[in-house]
Amino acid sequence: MKRIVTATVHNRSGVLNRVTGLLAKRQFNIESISVGRTETEGVSKMTFVVEVEDDRKLEQLTKQLNKQIDVLKVSDITDKAIVARELAMVKVISNPQIRSEIQGIIEPFRASIIDVSKESVTVQVTGKSDKVDALIDLLRPYGIKELARTGLTAFTRGHQPQVAEFKSYSLLK
Amino acid sequence: MKAQASAEQETATKTGADLLVEALIGQGVETLFGYPGGAVLPIYDAIYRAEGSFDHILPRHEQGAIHAAEGYARVSGKAGVVIGTSGPGATNLVTGIADAMMDSIPLVIFTGQVAKGVIGTDAFQESDIMGITTPITKHNYQVQEIEDLPRIVNEAFHIATTGRPGPVVVDIPKDISSTVYAKEVKSDFHLPGYQPTVKPNPLQVSKLHDALVEAKKPVVLAGSGVIHAGASEELKTFVQNYQLPVTTTLLGLGSYPGTCDLSLGMAGMHGTYSANTALYECDLLINIGSRFDDRLTGNLKHFAPNATIAHIDIDPAEIGKNIPTHIPIVSDAKAALEALNAKTVKGLHHKGWMDAISQNKIDYPLWHDQPDELIVPQWLMQKVYEYTGGEAVVTTDVGQHQMWAAQYYQFDRPNRWVTSGGLGTMGYGFPAAIGAQLADMNSTCVAVVGDGGFQMTLQELSVLQERRLPVKILIVNNQALGMVRQWQEKFYSERYSESIIDVQPDFVKLAESYQVPGYKIETQEELLEVLPKVLGDDQPAVIDCRVLQKENVYPMIAPGKGLHEMIGVKR
Repeated sequence: MKRIVTATVHNRSGVLNRVTGLLAKRQFNIESISVGRTETEGVSKMTFVVEVEDDRKLEQLTKQLNKQIDVLKVSDITDKAIVARELAMVKVISNPQIRSEIQGIIEPFRASIIDVSKESVTVQVTGKSDKVDALIDLLRPYGIKELARTGLTAFTRGHQPQVAEFKSYSLLK
Repeated sequence: MKAQASAEQETATKTGADLLVEALIGQGVETLFGYPGGAVLPIYDAIYRAEGSFDHILPRHEQGAIHAAEGYARVSGKAGVVIGTSGPGATNLVTGIADAMMDSIPLVIFTGQVAKGVIGTDAFQESDIMGITTPITKHNYQVQEIEDLPRIVNEAFHIATTGRPGPVVVDIPKDISSTVYAKEVKSDFHLPGYQPTVKPNPLQVSKLHDALVEAKKPVVLAGSGVIHAGASEELKTFVQNYQLPVTTTLLGLGSYPGTCDLSLGMAGMHGTYSANTALYECDLLINIGSRFDDRLTGNLKHFAPNATIAHIDIDPAEIGKNIPTHIPIVSDAKAALEALNAKTVKGLHHKGWMDAISQNKIDYPLWHDQPDELIVPQWLMQKVYEYTGGEAVVTTDVGQHQMWAAQYYQFDRPNRWVTSGGLGTMGYGFPAAIGAQLADMNSTCVAVVGDGGFQMTLQELSVLQERRLPVKILIVNNQALGMVRQWQEKFYSERYSESIIDVQPDFVKLAESYQVPGYKIETQEELLEVLPKVLGDDQPAVIDCRVLQKENVYPMIAPGKGLHEMIGVKR
């Protein structure tokens, strides 16, 4: 199962190596990782998307991360109300004739063209990973010359609905 | 202005190395294990100038230094302190660091590093020791600013010795240790990312108490967490209150007296029948400070299949790692046992279970053959136990002799048993005995080693020669890598690939060349004559004891098998 895990860490040299090394040593698969500074001086936030087998493996992952002295807090936010975004840049082969066609495809995704040359255009798209995947799939037939993704970054929404609220709306019970 | 100027003058000019030495003195460090070299010259100069502050032990290889520090830490309960130079000095420490990590031994290791300006240029004797040791340390530091040094040293000792203990590496670039610094430095610290849980959750303690009262087949598994927490007395009270059978892990030997009626001895791959059967059949397993290592559990499918599992551990990551846990208690073992001991116990339901266990102990004891003249290693261990009155500090390497020592030496006290459990390091036993002896000069210290392992670190005989430490090195000499040979016999159709080593040095002459008395024992008669004399005197000794080569460690759980599939239970 795919999980989104965030960790706030001391922004010290070697901390990224520490964390990724730990995940590699315990044989966890990292799908993406993004790191950046936060509102607090000296504190960075890491967002991992990981593929884990089951809940026990997931528990191990968060516990092992928590053991690191430079790791301040670890949260698995997959099941929370979250905002999650990633950015992708896609360089698509295009001549002037199909440029407007591409424009038409990317518009509903609220993506934009950020670079144009004779043989290609570069599209920038921001959003959840499945949205980014969908756009890439649509652009693929035109020929993708180059693709770069930042990996997901995420945090919880300002308001978390109570768990009870979900239950009362369940159609299964 | 004037007052300020004079205050500044009062602060003496110190190098980074002086700050290090001061911090070590502040931590109460008395013994250092280290080896000098280019990048630690300033540190060794500061140690020289602080003459009398430390007892510095110079091994003849860095690996000797770190294993000695491990033995010292194990017996003294304090952090072992190691110094090595950059590059090869640091990489020679790696085995010991990994060993200490696996067995939760508190160590603080200072490594020299090339000057900050040339780090990353492949300078002479540079190695990326931070990168190398990150996965095998509890934490590591590279000092970037001289004023951070005292704080980092204090943090390192705090991290190494609290929570689940472990090794901490502090890498000190040469320019940091040699630079002169005249200002006041702060050494207090705050570690928001490191706050071990030491007190148990009362709710979980009550749950365990209720489970204990209800249990029909309870058993306690005591690991080295009990020893680290200094909780042996509390464990005794707990076991007495609830009348529980106790088995220990390899590293937990001595956490509960091995000679007590309620003790089942060691469990696991070469554990006793009664211990492994109790673990297999129990309905409540209380694991106190052990990590369910694969050598203990055997095949996980057959490990305590019908039991409620309670697990007390200070490291939350150990709970549920290998075995799903029903009653998790994240706590220091001592605090958890104290909480349990505060409960009133009445109406226990496991009398029948205790009777069955006692019967197993009687029906399936450890066994071995006894030839007429030659020595079997099991009998040798019994004799060592007898002649030292069970009071010695025993260290070992890894392999057959380690298992026999674990089976036949009954430890009644904690911190008497020094062995490499998790990493299984050959060559550990002898240097560890040097450290153990230094930590406890009043006890007899016996390094039970194999002829293979001893040859990996025997250069430390120089330390015995220099210090006249009365360490007794007992070579259980079967002229083979016994455990490898045993597995080849059992699982590789007796193809003894590279495991029979019949070319050896003359260990007696070797010992004598270091001015250490050497003895060779080949028969039972010689053993009965020589061993009590040698173990009783105050001299170091190398005892080359020839034992039967093809002897196997039994009982045994073959790899991949479960606790109920032991072989060699009976003759």
